[in-house]
Amino acid sequence: MTTELDVAYPARKLAARLATAACCAAVAIALVPLLAVLFYVAKRGLGALSVSFFTELPRPVGERGGGMANAIGGTIELVLLASAMGIPIGIAAGLFLAEYRTTRLARVVRFSADVLAGVPSIIVGVVVYATVVVRMQHFSTLAGAGALAILMLPLVARTTDELARTVPDSLREAALALGASRWRIAIHVVLRTAAPGIRAGCMLAVARVCGETAPLLFTAFNNRFWNESFADPTSSLQVQIFTYAMSPYDDWHAQAWAAALVLVAMVVVLNLAARRVLRGPKPA
Amino acid sequence: MTARESSPEKMRAEGLSAWFGGKRALKDITLPLVERKVTAVIGPSGCGKSTFIRCLNRMHEVVPGARTGGKVLLDGRSIYTRDVDPVRVRRRVGMVFQKPNPFPAMSVRDNVLAGLRLSGIVPPDPNRLAEDALRQAALWDDVKDALDRPGGALSGGQQQRLCIARCLALEPEVVLMDEPCSSLDPAATAKIEELIHELRERYTIVIVTHSMQQAARVSDFTAFFNVGELVEYDLADVIFTKPSDPRTEDYITGRFG
Amino acid sequence: MVNDPAAISPSVRPIDEAPRASVDRSLVALGGAAACIVGLVLLALAVSVLGMALPSIRELGFGFVVGRHWDPAHGDLGALPFLYGTIVTSVVALLVAVPVALGVAIFLTDLGPPPLRRPVAALVELLAAVPGVVYGLWAAIVLAPLLRTTLEPALEAHLGFLPMFRGPKVGVGLLCASLVLAVMILPTVASMSREVLRAVPTELREGGLALGATRWDVVRRIVLPHAKSGIFGAVLLGFGRAVGETMAVAMVVGSRPEITGSLLSPGYTMTSVIANEFAEATSVLHVAALAEIGVLLFVLTFAFNVAARILVAKVRGSESATARDVPAREDHEAA
Ligand SMILES: Nc1ncnc2c1ncn2[C@@H]1O[C@H](COP(=O)(O)OP(=O)(O)OP(=O)(O)O)[C@@H](O)[C@H]1O
Ligand SMILES: [Mg+2]
Repeated sequence: MTTELDVAYPARKLAARLATAACCAAVAIALVPLLAVLFYVAKRGLGALSVSFFTELPRPVGERGGGMANAIGGTIELVLLASAMGIPIGIAAGLFLAEYRTTRLARVVRFSADVLAGVPSIIVGVVVYATVVVRMQHFSTLAGAGALAILMLPLVARTTDELARTVPDSLREAALALGASRWRIAIHVVLRTAAPGIRAGCMLAVARVCGETAPLLFTAFNNRFWNESFADPTSSLQVQIFTYAMSPYDDWHAQAWAAALVLVAMVVVLNLAARRVLRGPKPA
Repeated sequence: MTARESSPEKMRAEGLSAWFGGKRALKDITLPLVERKVTAVIGPSGCGKSTFIRCLNRMHEVVPGARTGGKVLLDGRSIYTRDVDPVRVRRRVGMVFQKPNPFPAMSVRDNVLAGLRLSGIVPPDPNRLAEDALRQAALWDDVKDALDRPGGALSGGQQQRLCIARCLALEPEVVLMDEPCSSLDPAATAKIEELIHELRERYTIVIVTHSMQQAARVSDFTAFFNVGELVEYDLADVIFTKPSDPRTEDYITGRFG
Repeated sequence: MVNDPAAISPSVRPIDEAPRASVDRSLVALGGAAACIVGLVLLALAVSVLGMALPSIRELGFGFVVGRHWDPAHGDLGALPFLYGTIVTSVVALLVAVPVALGVAIFLTDLGPPPLRRPVAALVELLAAVPGVVYGLWAAIVLAPLLRTTLEPALEAHLGFLPMFRGPKVGVGLLCASLVLAVMILPTVASMSREVLRAVPTELREGGLALGATRWDVVRRIVLPHAKSGIFGAVLLGFGRAVGETMAVAMVVGSRPEITGSLLSPGYTMTSVIANEFAEATSVLHVAALAEIGVLLFVLTFAFNVAARILVAKVRGSESATARDVPAREDHEAA
C-alpha cells in the first residue's frame, strides 16, 4: 500500500496547517491598516466635526473655527460636472465597444481605455493645465471637472463594455428577428438588461474620482470662498485635506480629519450603494 | 439475498444524507458496497448519484456550503468521525471523475505519479510504479513513447485512462467512478469496461452510469436512485430482470418521467 | 426585456422605415464618436505631455535622466533622484505588499473558511476605496511619528549593519512612503491575484484532493503553477499603481531630491515632484523638465500595465482583462 510510503504525512499536514495560518495572518495584516485608518478618521474626524464645518467658510490662519462648506460644495459640484461629461460618453463608448466588438476601431479603443485607466492621474492634471488653464488664463471648476471626467471615461466605458457583452446573443437575435435595428437593440435591450451593473459601475467610478486629488491641484486649484461660476477656481475636500494636513497648525489638522471623515463617508456610501444595486433583483 | 449476506462489505452507507446549503440532495441512504465487486449506481439526472459517491470519499464537503449527515463505514469504521482525516480517506478511496481532468501542466508520467508528487513523496522506483499503473489502466501501449508529453495532449479516452492510472498508482482499496465513459466513444468505452472487469479482481468498485447496458454488463450489484432516495438495491441480474419496485422497472425500460 | 413592447414595436412598423434608418445611422455614429473620444483623449494626453517636455528633451538630452542634481533656481535639472525614489518606494512597497496580498488571495479562493471569504473580500475592496489623500493624512500625522519613535530606531538597532536601515530618524522618508504605497496597492494585487487563482478550473483542484492531497498541496503544486504568469501580471499591475500614486507619497516622502542609499532618509518621487513644483514652476525649462518626468512616468506605467494585462488575460483565457473590478463578477462566485 502506498499509504506506507506516506510516512511524511504528519509533516504534510503540519505544512497545510501552517499555510492556512499564514493566509489568515495575511488577512489580519491586510486589515490592520484599513481599520487603523478608519479608526483615526472616525475618532479625530468626529472630534473636529461641528455644524459650522458644514455651514461656514474656512477662516484665515490664526483664527479658530470656520468650516469647509465651500469645499464640500466644490467636491460635489466637481463630481457632478465630471459625471455629466464622463458618464454619457463613457456609456456610449462602452456600448459601441460591446456591439461592434470585432471591429478594428473597437479593439483600438478598448486597448486605449485600458491604457488610459492606468495613466497616473497627475499627468491628466498637467495636461488639462496646459491645454485649458493656460488658455483660459486662470484655474477653474470646469478644468477640474474635465480632468476628473477624463479619469471616469475609461472606467465607465470598460464596465459598460464588459457588462453589455454578458448579455446573451439570444436576446439580441430575438430582437433582431422582431425587426429592431442593431443600435436600437443596443439601447433598448442590451442597455436595459445590463443596467443594474452599469449603474453600479458608474457609482464606483464616481466614488473613485471623489477621492482624486492630484489632477485638481493645478486645475480646480483652491478657493477660500465660494466659486461664483464654473470659470472660477473652487475648493474641494480632497485638496483641502492635502493643504491642511501639510500645514503646521493643529486646528488645521483637526479640520483635515473632519474633511477626511466626510470624504470617506461619501466614498463608502457610494460603494455600499453600488453593492446594493448589484445585489438587487436581477432582470430575468 | 443470500449472496448479499454472505459477501463481506468493504463500505457501507448508513442513513446517509447530504445537503447543498439548505437543499437536501440525499435522503437516508443505506447501502452496502461489497468487497471486490462492482456496484453500479443508476438513476435519472439530478437524483444524487454523484453526490452519493462523493460522500464516500469525503469529496462532498469540498463544495462550499455542502454538508452530510448519517454514517459511511469503511472496513466497519466510520469515516465521518472527528478523528478521521479526509485526506487519508481519499488515499484509500480513489475517484475518477466524469470529465477527464489530467493536470495539463504535468507530463503523462507526472500525472500518473501525481498522487505522490502532490504530497511531495518520492517513490523508490517511480518509473516502475508509473509503468505498473499505466499497464493496469490499459494505457501503457498507447503512451509508452510519450511519457514526457503533457497529459492534456492525449485523446479524451486516453486522458480518462490516465486519470484511472493516476488513481490506481496510489493503490486504493476502493475506486469510485462517476460516469467514466460519458465523454468517450464506443471503442474507448469498451476498453474501460474491459478494464473494470479486470480491476474487480483487486478493487472494490463503485460506478455511476447513465447506460443501462453498461450497468448490466459491468456490475455485480446495482442500486437505483430517484430524487435523492435509494429506491432499490439488489444483484444486477435481479434489478435488470425482475425489479420489485415499479419505478425501477419504468426507469430501466425507458418509460420513466 | 425583449417582451417589452415599447422596446421594439416602433421599428416593427415599416411605414417610417426611412427616417428611422437615418436616425439609427446617426446614433451609431454617435457611439463611434464617443469611442473615438476615449482613444483621442489618450492620444492627446501623450502628445501634449511630450510637447510640453520638448524644450527639456532638446536642451538637456539624455543627461536629464542620469543627472543627480535638481536645482531649478540655477537651471540644474537632473531627474535621477526622482527615478530612484519612485523605483525604491515602489519596489519596497511590492516586497511588503505582495506576500500579504498573495496570502489574502489564497485565503479567498482556497484556504480560508468559506463563510469568512465574502466579508473579507468586501473589506479588502473597502481598503481600495479609501482615497489616497486620506491615506496620506493618516501617514503624515499618525504613521510618520510612529516610525520616528519606534520602528526606525528598532530597524537601526537590529538591521543597522545594512546601510539602507541607517540614517536620520525623522519619520517621513522613503520608508514611510513605501509603507503607505504597500497599503494602497495591496487590494489591487490581492483582487487581481484572486481573479487569476479563481480561473484555475475546479476540476483540477478536485482531482488533486481526490488523490489525497491536502488543500495546501493542491495550492502549491497545482493552483500556483497554473496561475504563475497571471500572478506575475497582478504584481506588475501593482507596480504600475505604485509608480503612479501621487498624493499619499507626496505627503510623506520628505520632498528632498537626494540619493542617499538609506530607506530612512527623505527622498522624492516622480509624481510628488510634479505635484509640488508644477504650479509654481516659472522658467520654461523647469516646466518642461517636470513634463519630461511626466513622459517618463507615462512610459513606465504604460509598459507595466500592458505587460500585466497580457499576462493576466493569458491565464484568465479571456480576450481582455480590466484592471478595475467589473462589478458583475461578484455574482459568479457561487461555484
Ligand atoms: N454544487 C451544487 N450546489 C447546489 N446544488 C447542487 C450542487 N451540485 C448538485 N446539486 C444538486 O444536487 C442534486 C443531486 O446532484 P447530483 O450531481 O448528485 O446528480 P446526479 O445524479 O449525479 O446527476 P447527473 O446524472 O446529471 O450527473 C441535484 O438536484 C443538483 O441540483
Ligand atoms: Mg453526476
